[in-house]
Amino acid sequence: MIVETGHYALVLALALALVNSILPVWGSIARDRRLMAVAPPVALMGFGLVAYAYVALTTAHVVSDFSLVNVVENSHSAKPLIYKITGVWGNHEGSMLLWVLVLSLFAAAVALFSRSMPQDLRANVLAVQSWIAAAFLLFILLTSNPFARLAEAPAEGNDLNPLLQDPGLAIHPPLLYLGYVGLSITYSFAAAALISGRIDAVFARFVRPWTLIAWISLTLGIAMGSYWAYYTLGWGGFWFWDPVENASLMPWLAATALLHCTAVMEKREALKIWTIFLSILAFSLSLVGTFLVRSGVLTSVHAFASDPTRGVFILLILVIFIGGSFALFALRAGGLKQGGLFAPVSREGALVLNNLLLTTCCATVFIGTLYPLALEAVTGEKISVGAPFFNLTFVPLFIPLFILMPFGQLLPWKRGDLAGVAQRLTVAFGAGLIFMALLAAWRGGPAVSVILSGVALYVLAGSFVDLGRRLFGGDISASIVSQRVRCLPRHAFGTAFAHAGLGVTLLGLAATGWGAEKIISLKPGERVEIGPYELTFESVVPGNGPNYSELVGRTVIGAKGAVVATIEPATRFYPARGMNRSEAGIATLGFGQVYMSIADVAANGVVNARIFWKPLVSLIWIGALVMAFGGCLSLSDRSFRVGIARRARKAQVPSPQPAE
Amino acid sequence: MLWLIFALLTAAAVISVLWPLAKTPRRAGRDEIGVALYKAQLAGIERDEAQSLVAPEDAQAAKAEAARHLMAAAEAPVEPAPAASPKRVWLASVAVLIFVPALSMSLYAIIGHPELPDAPFAARLQTSPAHMDLAVAVAKIEAHLAQHPDDGRGYEVLAPVYLHMGRADDAVLAAREALRLLGATAERNALYGEALVSAANGVVTAEAKQSFDAAAAKDPSAAKPRFFLGLAAEQEGDKARAREIWGKLVAEAPQDATWAQVLRKRIAALGGEPGESQDRLAATIEALPEAGRLSAIRGMVDGLASRLAQNGQDLEGWLRLVRSYMVLHETDKARAALIDAKRNLAGDPNAIARIEALARELGLEG
Repeated sequence: MIVETGHYALVLALALALVNSILPVWGSIARDRRLMAVAPPVALMGFGLVAYAYVALTTAHVVSDFSLVNVVENSHSAKPLIYKITGVWGNHEGSMLLWVLVLSLFAAAVALFSRSMPQDLRANVLAVQSWIAAAFLLFILLTSNPFARLAEAPAEGNDLNPLLQDPGLAIHPPLLYLGYVGLSITYSFAAAALISGRIDAVFARFVRPWTLIAWISLTLGIAMGSYWAYYTLGWGGFWFWDPVENASLMPWLAATALLHCTAVMEKREALKIWTIFLSILAFSLSLVGTFLVRSGVLTSVHAFASDPTRGVFILLILVIFIGGSFALFALRAGGLKQGGLFAPVSREGALVLNNLLLTTCCATVFIGTLYPLALEAVTGEKISVGAPFFNLTFVPLFIPLFILMPFGQLLPWKRGDLAGVAQRLTVAFGAGLIFMALLAAWRGGPAVSVILSGVALYVLAGSFVDLGRRLFGGDISASIVSQRVRCLPRHAFGTAFAHAGLGVTLLGLAATGWGAEKIISLKPGERVEIGPYELTFESVVPGNGPNYSELVGRTVIGAKGAVVATIEPATRFYPARGMNRSEAGIATLGFGQVYMSIADVAANGVVNARIFWKPLVSLIWIGALVMAFGGCLSLSDRSFRVGIARRARKAQVPSPQPAE
Repeated sequence: MLWLIFALLTAAAVISVLWPLAKTPRRAGRDEIGVALYKAQLAGIERDEAQSLVAPEDAQAAKAEAARHLMAAAEAPVEPAPAASPKRVWLASVAVLIFVPALSMSLYAIIGHPELPDAPFAARLQTSPAHMDLAVAVAKIEAHLAQHPDDGRGYEVLAPVYLHMGRADDAVLAAREALRLLGATAERNALYGEALVSAANGVVTAEAKQSFDAAAAKDPSAAKPRFFLGLAAEQEGDKARAREIWGKLVAEAPQDATWAQVLRKRIAALGGEPGESQDRLAATIEALPEAGRLSAIRGMVDGLASRLAQNGQDLEGWLRLVRSYMVLHETDKARAALIDAKRNLAGDPNAIARIEALARELGLEG
C-alpha cells in the first residue's frame, strides 16, 4: 500500500507545485499579501509529499518489492541493505526523484530560514522554484515513473550495476545533487529579482549562503566522484575529461565565479549584471549537465538512460528555463542602476578578471564537451576530445588564475596599488621559487611538475599572507593575536582556507609527474618494485560476498625489508548481471598511494596486474576537503546573521543578546 | 484504507494552501533587513579602513554610498496595507479546492495502480505453496540449492519446471545434477535427454540420443525416450526406423492421448500407415460381452490409478483417470482423483488449469 500512496503523493506534489507556481506570483503582482503568504507553507507541504514518495520507493527497494519495474531492474533480494538504499538513486528514475527531493528540500529551507526576507522576493523565489519542480515532476510522472508496476512480479531482480555497488555511490550523487540543485535556488533568486526588479545588496545578502551551500556540496561531490572513479574503474586515473565529469565541472566553475560576485555585490553593490548572469548560467549549466547525463546522448558509465522521449522532454525544459531566464535578463539588464564605482586595479577589478577567466574556462569545457556531440549529430563523424585538448586550453587559462589569486585577496577595495601588493607577496613568491629549486635539485624530473609544484606552494603561502598580516602585523603579543582572531570575520579565514585548498589540490596534481606505473603479469610469490616500495604478490584467494564471488590477490608492500602495508586487490563477479568489476587495492603511505588492480586471473594463479605508485595523490582530494572547509567557515560567518539578530531584538528577548 | 490515505493526503495538500489564505497577513513593516544590512556594510567599511584594506578617501566615498542606501531603506514609505480583497482570496480558494483534487485524481487514475498490493519479497516467500506463484517457488528452491548443493531432489523438481519456463540451459544443468546425485533411472535419463534437445533447439544431439537409449534400455515401455529416439531417426533421415519406433509407440498409446494423434500425423507425413493397433484394441474391448468389457476397462483403470499413486507427475494420466471414472459412473472416485491430481501437480499452474477445465467440463467442480 505504501507504494501506491507514495505514487499518489508524487502526483499530489505536482498539483501543489502548479498551485505554487501561480498564486505567489499573482500575489506579488497584485500586491496581495495573503496570496504571497501561500508560498512557504505550500513549499513545505510539497517537500513533505515528495519526501513521502521517496521513502515509499526506498521501502520498496529495501523489502525487494519486485512488483515495481524499478526494483526489478536495479535490485536483487540478496543485495546488501546499504546498496538497496543507495540503489534507489543508482538508476535513472530514482535519481530523478532524488533530484526533485533535493529541489523541494531547498524550497522548504528557503521557506523556513528566510523569514526576514522581503516578502515579495521570497514569494517569487518559491514560485520560480515551483516552476522547476513542476517541470521535473511532470517529467518523472510521464516519462520516468519509478512507481511503474508489474502485475506478475518476477521472482528475482536484475541486480544493480556492480560498478555502482560501492560506498562511493552512497555519497557521490546526493552531494552532487545538493550542489547541482542547490544552484536552482540562486537561479530562482535571480529570476525573482528580475521579476520584482529588485537587485541590490539585500538580494546578494540572501543569495550568498545558498550559493555557498551549493558550492560546498558541489566541490565535495566532484571530489568524491573523482575518487570513486579512481578506485573502481581500475585505471588509476582520477579525472578523464569525460563529458559527465565536465557536466559537473562547468556549474562548479560558474558557481565559483558567482560566489565571488555575490561577495562584491553585498559589500559594494557592484557587479550586479555579473551576479545575475552567473546565477542563471550556473543553474543552466546544471540543467545542461542533467540533460547530457539523463537523455542518453552520451554513452558512459553514468548514462543509465537511453530513451529519446526523455531526451526531448529534458531538452524542452532546458530551452524553456534557460531561454526564458536569459530573455528576462536581456529585458531587465538595461534598467539596472549602476552600483559602486571602482578603478580597474582594485579588489572589484580583480574579481571581474576572475569572472572573465572562470567563464572562459567554462566556455572551453563547454566547447570541448559539446563539440563532439554536435559534430556527430550534424555529420555523423565521431571524434573524441580528451585530455590533450583540455591540457592545451583549460590549463593555460587556469595558471594565470592561480597566479592572480593571492593578488585578489590582498588588493584593497575601490582602488589598489599593484606594486604594493606584489611587495607583500614576496614571501609567497620566495617560497614558491625555493620549493621549485629544491624539487629540481632533488627529483629533477618533468619540468611541468616542478613548475606546477612551485605555483602550488605560492598559492598555498599567498592564501595566508593577508590573514598573517592581519593577525600578526605590528607589535604583537599572544593576547593581541587571540583578540584579533576573534575579531576577524570568519569569512576571512574561509577565503584563506578555500584558496589554500586549491593550492593543495594543485600540488597533488603536479606530483602525478613523479609517479610510476607498471603493467605486468605476476606469478604467486613474485616480487616487483614500484617507486620506493617493493610489492610481493602472495597468492590468489577465492572469496564470496553476499551477491558476488571474488578472487582476491593478497599483496604485501615492503620498504627497506620491512612490511609497511597489505593490499587486497580483487576482481569480483556478479552473477545476476553476469558482470565483472575490479576492486583496486590501495594503500595510503604518507600522502602518496600504492594502487594495484588485477584482472585475468589464470588457473595457475598468474594475474595481470596494473601497479601504480602515486606520490602525494591524496592531496588532490584533501585539497577539495580543505576548500569545502573554507566554504563552511564562510558560511558560519556572522554577517549572514544580520537578519536574525534584528529579529531577536524585535521580539524583545528577556536577556538581550550582545550587539554584533 | 488506500482511498482513506489518498483522501487524507489530498486534504492536507489543499489545507496547506487554504490555511495561509484564511489567515490575516502580517502587517507590512519597514525595510528592516535593508537597514540592518547597510548598517553592517558601514561597520564593515570602518573595519576595512582600520586594517588599511581600503584607502581613507575611498572609505569615505564608500561610506557615503552605503549611508545613502541606508537612508533610502530607512525612509522607504511603509507600503499601504493593500485593500483586503476577499474576492481574490475566494477565487483562489475555490480554484485550488477544485484544481488540486481534480488534477491529482485524474492523473493518478491514468498512471496509478490502486488495485495492485505491495509485494515484499519476504511475504511472497511465506505464502502457502498452493498460492505461491511458480516464479517464487523456483526462486525458493534455487535458494535452497545454493545452500545445499547436494540435494538431488531439488534439481529433479527444477529441471522440468525450467523446461516449462523455457530456461533450457538451466534445465540441462539441473537434470545433469539430478542424474549425478540420485543415480540414473529411465525418467532421469529421459529428462536429461529432453533438456538437451530443448537446449539444442529441438535437435536430438548425440549425447541426448545416448541418454534416451539408456532410458529405453531401463524401461522399454516408457513413451518419452521412444518418441525422441524416433525423432532422432527422423532427423538422421532414417524414415523407416522412425516409422517403426513411432508406429509401435502409437499402437500402445492410450486412446485419448493427444500426443498420439499428433504422432499419427507425423507418421503419415513420413509416408507410413497410422498405427491401427489402438483401434484394434478398442475393437477387442467392444467385442467383449458387457460384463467382461467393464471388467477389462476397470482393470486398465486400476492399473493407471496405482501407477499414478506411485508417480503423480503425469497430467495426461490423471486426466484419463478422471474421465475413466466418469465413464464407469464412479463420481466419488473421480472427485477424489481430481483432488489428488491437483495436490500432485500443485507446482504447475498450467496443469491445474487443465484439471479445473476438465472438472468444469464433467460438472465436478466445487
